[in-house]
Amino acid sequence: MSDVQELSRDSQSTAKMAKITFVEHDGTRHDVEGEIGSTVMETALRNQIGGIVAECGGACTCATCLVHVDDAWAEKVGKPSAEEEDMLDFAFEVKPTSRLSCQIKVTEALDGLVVHTPSYQGR
Amino acid sequence: MTEPIKTDVLIIGAGPVGLFAVFELGLLDIKAHLVDILDKVGGQCAELYPEKPIYDIPAIPQISGQGLVHALMEQIKPFNPTFHLGEMVTTLEKIGEPLFRVTTDRGKVFEAKAVAIAAGGGSFQPKRPPINGIEPYEGKSVHYAVRKMDTFRDKRLVIVGGGDSALDWTLNLAPIAKRLTLVHRRDDFRGAPDSVNKMRALVANGGVDLKIGQVTLLEGGDGQLTAASIKGNDGTVTRVECDALLPFFGLTMKLGPVADWGLKLDDDLIPVDTGTFETEIPGLFAIGDINTYPGKVKLILCGFHEAALMAQRAYHYVFPEKRLVFQYTTSSTNLQKKLGVA
Repeated sequence: MSDVQELSRDSQSTAKMAKITFVEHDGTRHDVEGEIGSTVMETALRNQIGGIVAECGGACTCATCLVHVDDAWAEKVGKPSAEEEDMLDFAFEVKPTSRLSCQIKVTEALDGLVVHTPSYQGR
Repeated sequence: MTEPIKTDVLIIGAGPVGLFAVFELGLLDIKAHLVDILDKVGGQCAELYPEKPIYDIPAIPQISGQGLVHALMEQIKPFNPTFHLGEMVTTLEKIGEPLFRVTTDRGKVFEAKAVAIAAGGGSFQPKRPPINGIEPYEGKSVHYAVRKMDTFRDKRLVIVGGGDSALDWTLNLAPIAKRLTLVHRRDDFRGAPDSVNKMRALVANGGVDLKIGQVTLLEGGDGQLTAASIKGNDGTVTRVECDALLPFFGLTMKLGPVADWGLKLDDDLIPVDTGTFETEIPGLFAIGDINTYPGKVKLILCGFHEAALMAQRAYHYVFPEKRLVFQYTTSSTNLQKKLGVA
């Protein structure tokens, strides 16, 4: 029995999840689940979403995980930190709602989040 | 022809794995030269995350990227490797059994008995802005680096970016350019405060035009730019006549010339044997993030292991007549002498 309990504790099915929708620049939609506490970038990589490169692996040092947060969610997601804002200088086609997805933590408040991935990640 | 630099092993890439390879080779009396495209050692640790903590180096609960590089440099000091920084290896060919001839973009030629490719994600190269049709201008009127300032004398220049490279070149080129326009996406610059102040002073006295926005369109022909359009954050478009565009958007990793060395690649990675970390070409090794094998994990600690096994195999090529006797640094006086502690 204890083995079974161990398994279920580790399995993702028990982790709290939030729905996230990625919309690629050609309009392709991906409705996926992101683990609460992980980042939007990690969720994208786990689900093989096109258009997210994440060259630096989430250290906020490369600007290749840029997303444009859907207008309806921009306020809830919030503004980038000064460090992230500096990094956005290395990204392209930056809009007022652009964020680096490695810096957006998945929270319960973001359940249903919609983000758009760019056509180009500056490589 | 340039006289070749002869060495036992040439290591391509001076990131953490390339640096640790010097240590493992050194213990076996194998001399190494290292080439790296960056002007500093440390690879991604130094370029991408010098201040960020790393938590998975065995026995070191936490260390910064730069801290790890400092520690590795200290560790390999006894072996006195030779660094060739700011150079990119362009060609690699096998000329003996095994002997390799390797050349760099600065015209250096190496002859090595074995070569270890420790190139990580490839070579760091400038980011290309996503401006339609920029490619034909590159190298002619779009430049990602300034090699000779005089190239830009009496020219109308557009510099793009908000970091130290963009600011430094704005300050250095403004006095000799005919006209200089600095373009940045926001009216806030992350470069050194002193440079920002100097740039602001130039803007105030009319020495530099500052435009807030992004370059969206290039005009010209035969590689020669004539104008660039800048879209402001309010949507208005300004056309600026210019002879050259200098974008400074930082660096990204590209595989680069590795693709041309006759190796069969698997998704831009180099397949290796996991007993020796040798590629399909005897004497040519690949260690660290650049290689692939069943179960590969891109961790610095895995690269360290790969470097150790590579060195064992490289020994056979460097000293074909000798038999390698395995020793521990803890107990071997011989190894301790090499490390300068016995």
